[in-house]
Amino acid sequence: MKALKISYSSLVYSFLYLPIIVLIIYSFNASKFGTSWKGFTFKWYESLMNNSSLMSAAGNSLLVAVTAATLATIIGSVAAVAFYRYGFRGKKMLLGLVYVLIMAPDIVMGISLLIMFVTIHMNIGFTTLLLSHITFNIPFVIVTVLSRMKGFDKNLFDAAGDLGATEFQTVRHVLLPMMFPAVIAGWLLSFTLSMDDVLISFFVTGPDFDILPLRIYSMVRLGVKPEVNALCTVMFALSLIIVMASQILNKEKK
Amino acid sequence: MNEKNRFKTLSISLISFWLIVFVLVPVLMVFTVSLLTCEVPGEIKQPFTLNNYKEMFDPVFLKVIFDSFKMAFETTLICLIAGFPFAYNLARYKGRFKSLLLMLIIIPFWTSSLIRTYAIIVIIKTNGLLNMVLMSLGLIDEPLKLMYTPLAVMIGMVYSLLPFMILPLYAVLEKLDYKYIEAAKDLGAGRTQTFLHVILPLSMPGIIAGSMLVFLPTLCLFYISDVLGGAKTLLIGNFIRNQFLLVRNWPLGAAASMVLMGLMFIIIYVYYKSSKKAGREAI
Repeated sequence: MKALKISYSSLVYSFLYLPIIVLIIYSFNASKFGTSWKGFTFKWYESLMNNSSLMSAAGNSLLVAVTAATLATIIGSVAAVAFYRYGFRGKKMLLGLVYVLIMAPDIVMGISLLIMFVTIHMNIGFTTLLLSHITFNIPFVIVTVLSRMKGFDKNLFDAAGDLGATEFQTVRHVLLPMMFPAVIAGWLLSFTLSMDDVLISFFVTGPDFDILPLRIYSMVRLGVKPEVNALCTVMFALSLIIVMASQILNKEKK
Repeated sequence: MNEKNRFKTLSISLISFWLIVFVLVPVLMVFTVSLLTCEVPGEIKQPFTLNNYKEMFDPVFLKVIFDSFKMAFETTLICLIAGFPFAYNLARYKGRFKSLLLMLIIIPFWTSSLIRTYAIIVIIKTNGLLNMVLMSLGLIDEPLKLMYTPLAVMIGMVYSLLPFMILPLYAVLEKLDYKYIEAAKDLGAGRTQTFLHVILPLSMPGIIAGSMLVFLPTLCLFYISDVLGGAKTLLIGNFIRNQFLLVRNWPLGAAASMVLMGLMFIIIYVYYKSSKKAGREAI
């Protein structure tokens, strides 16, 4: 029975990881075609570095991801504080909307934002992409921060108030340090979501402002190429580092 | 107004403003566009009409809906059947590799599914690793032509979405009180009975949450069916994308989006009701 359990779990893990591991190995394979191993090389990574339009798309992606993650983290954390500290009319509805947004089909969010930007005559590019990324990141920040707040001792805030702290001081000096790891985790997750998003970005950016996931999409449609293997390996490594960092931050509770 | 109220008003207004301007208003705009007319590609005008919704009953679109639902249903079922025993084992495992094993499921949850889809191509393409291994083992003589078939799309969907089934299942099974299972055994229930009458009802919120997180994206992930299915497998997501960017019939695409959104609300409603019910029964 135990052997069966272990072998089943290993099967699932290899299903999930084998394709990625193979991809990573091929990204160092000197052979341009086929599956056979022709020796170790870094040349696909070098050709990535020398591809200036790809590098500018990567730069754009980083710019959008860092800006969107930062603004979404600020708005989302302030919102989480509001949901945690205050009762107000429409709170349930607003929080419900946040959860619906996480579930909502991305493609609908993409086209709805596209329709709005076109209606108000905004040029599709950096600004529209940034606003859209902030919008889909906010709910993830709120949920990450709120879930950490569940375990907090509410007496601490009363104590701060009794000692004469204003509301802002209480939030700034008592609540913020407690929720800070979740705020950072929220930022990291927003950054990854922004770096990887295809479904929404597809609709809200134009040819003037190319980003990495859309470039990968158009490359992938043309089939398997060693440069794409290398690019995907880099992207995978990036998300790997960030997800692990955010997990570690989220785990050291109390 | 005192200082506390100022901070309160400011923080609530900020999030309300953002959600109204960037979520509610755009959705209302989609609804409005779905009621308009498009005669020349790219042009939208009055009169208001329900024709776009009538076109949803056109055999072409009905086939898209049918194919998408079939794909989504099968993907969800495979993920559930494959994911449940896995999540159960992981939840009951208490050894020292626990957090590592859990992390290995969380990583694919957060990595780009486009990159993971690409990794699938590397494996299943005609001269890919899968065919090479099967041929060298002598199991097949001719390479399998998996690429650009509905099966390839399904493999890609299951591969991308399996973690989205496993994590909610794990979350529920982890919290499950295993005394219930022991109690069922003490009362003489067999394995099957315990599973059907104890484990399954108690894990219902996780099953529904996981199914939701697999079913809805399957309808929308147009790049998976593009990249793995060629142009042959058309899902609702591809249909909406094409209406907006190729055919440029925005009203029809908007109507299809509204249908998709309506569907999402039905599923969320069912989830909400059943998780409440399951919550009551669990107490």
